[in-house]
Amino acid sequence: MLPAEPRAPAPAARPVAALAALALPAAVVLALPWLLQVLGLDFYLSLASRIVVYAIAATSLNLVLGYGGLVSFGHAAFFGIGAYVTGIMISEGVQSGGAHLAATILITALAALLIGAISLRTRGVYFIMITLAFAQMLFFLANSVKGYGGDEGLTIRARSLFSFAGQVLDLKNPLAFYYAALAVLALSLLALARFVPSRFGRAVSALRDDDLRAEAIGFPTYRYKLVLFVAAGALGGVAGALSVNLQGYVSPNLLHWTQSGTLMVMVILGGVGTVWGGLAGAAALLLLEEVLGSWTEHGNFWTGWVLLAVVLFARRGLVGLFAPRQAGTVR
Amino acid sequence: MPGLLILEQTLNGLQFGLMLFLLAAGLTLVFGVMDMVNLAHGSLYMVGAFVAAWLVKLSGSFVLGVAGSVVLTGLFGMALEAGLLRTLYTRDHLSQVLATFALILILNDGVKMLFGNDLPLSAPAALGGPVELLPGLPYPAYRLLILGVGVALALLLYLLVQHTRLGALVRAGASNREMASAMGTNVTRLFTGVFGIGAALCAVAGALLGPLLAVQVGMGENILITAFVVVVIGGIGSIRGALVGAILVGAIDTLGRTLLQHLFREFLSPQWASAAGPAAASVAVYVFMAVVLAIKPQGLFPARS
Repeated sequence: MLPAEPRAPAPAARPVAALAALALPAAVVLALPWLLQVLGLDFYLSLASRIVVYAIAATSLNLVLGYGGLVSFGHAAFFGIGAYVTGIMISEGVQSGGAHLAATILITALAALLIGAISLRTRGVYFIMITLAFAQMLFFLANSVKGYGGDEGLTIRARSLFSFAGQVLDLKNPLAFYYAALAVLALSLLALARFVPSRFGRAVSALRDDDLRAEAIGFPTYRYKLVLFVAAGALGGVAGALSVNLQGYVSPNLLHWTQSGTLMVMVILGGVGTVWGGLAGAAALLLLEEVLGSWTEHGNFWTGWVLLAVVLFARRGLVGLFAPRQAGTVR
Repeated sequence: MPGLLILEQTLNGLQFGLMLFLLAAGLTLVFGVMDMVNLAHGSLYMVGAFVAAWLVKLSGSFVLGVAGSVVLTGLFGMALEAGLLRTLYTRDHLSQVLATFALILILNDGVKMLFGNDLPLSAPAALGGPVELLPGLPYPAYRLLILGVGVALALLLYLLVQHTRLGALVRAGASNREMASAMGTNVTRLFTGVFGIGAALCAVAGALLGPLLAVQVGMGENILITAFVVVVIGGIGSIRGALVGAILVGAIDTLGRTLLQHLFREFLSPQWASAAGPAAASVAVYVFMAVVLAIKPQGLFPARS
């Protein structure tokens, strides 16, 4: 069903070539705030930050969707929980970024453990529906908590503060936010790239390709899937915590099913089960919306047509357009 | 808790359930027979409501407007199936999600371009007033009309599926598509027709609920998920399951809103109770689905043998 990852160990020369190919884009991304300022386009720094935040969220979804082969239709739940945990802590006067991060990871991981433990007992269409149902429940719950904005959402004035060695990093500063989010994204991509060829990563791709066979070989498939689901949930929560810092606002809409759908669209658009898929998809979708939105009032109309074209003509997503299909992989 | 209020809410729940059934009927067949996740089904409901509102204004007649919308939306559904959705039947669920999500974006903005963000649609003046059902229980005449149309269509659909040749073919397709096809049924053409009927039923629901809710862009998104819940509870591919599931979900949602609100008022402040009631009712629908799946993983009436 899903394109398999290349299995062959890379020849020694490849990492060097790959690093060289990465150097230019990495330099552009790092120098982006400065470039935008020189070009007088400062405004776009917040768009770049938004892309980074959604890239983290999409990458976390890609972990379950692409690598685990689990079509989770409720990933916005974790993004939303993360945003609410951090948002509520800030509105209650807790400013420590470390505390926000710890609480966000702990609570989203617990939520993912609970949701995953129940959902992973089902498969196929039922898994899609159960994960969706959990996210919808949380959506209605968020709508009813009048103390924290209810259906109108919660606006926060302060942001997360990180202090180390006498230095203070305030995420209210757009530049600080951009680099902080970028660091989280870089760490996530690095971890994902290390995860794929690891023992655990190979076991996960074995159970994605054939659940029963993996179980017969002796892998504890349920436990592996649960670990994957919890890790993805926690990373999704961190993306949510960053999102509330960027927007200064959290509303139940972050948990709505269309948000889960958007994250899924990003992953499919970018490339299911590829390291760069989440980033490529988030960047493509948000840039598309931005460009089309500046031309016409009906940007979504044209975005829809582009997505349709991708489904019909670029079956492996955007990453698939650039990476040639590996010889020997099974379709 | 007065008995008359419960009776009134039961009628409301039944009415909402019947409208949900009209949406779930088409969805369950496409989902069950073609194994297709169609997120754009709610958009057909929206298209039906907008076309109805537009035609009612144009023709000045509620009946003509609704009938015209049912025909046009049905044709639109068939064109959509033949032109795009058919190519997705053989693709995986992810491609179907991406394509039909794209369709939601296109249809939402397409409707906005043609008709604007919302259109006014009100119940026909003759049905504006209440009818005294029981002494002390006035009930809006328009809601009775919805109830009547819903019951009639549910019966008609039941007869169509259970007692006609066409229905037998559809049921054969739902229980085993390859076998039905091997026995000489043109499943592809059959399903263009089924999709058209499903779209027409969406238009009925959209047009009739329009005056009660609101005819606005995005109206399909929320009800779509409820319709999916109905389909899963009833058993994917089963019309009978969709009917039972829809009425159960309609009742839980509508009665839950009122009863839970009353219950919460006992130990919460009125402001909190009025917010928590609807939320708890919405959550109850999903909890009900989880319970059904825990007991019967294939839903109440599994279509596949």
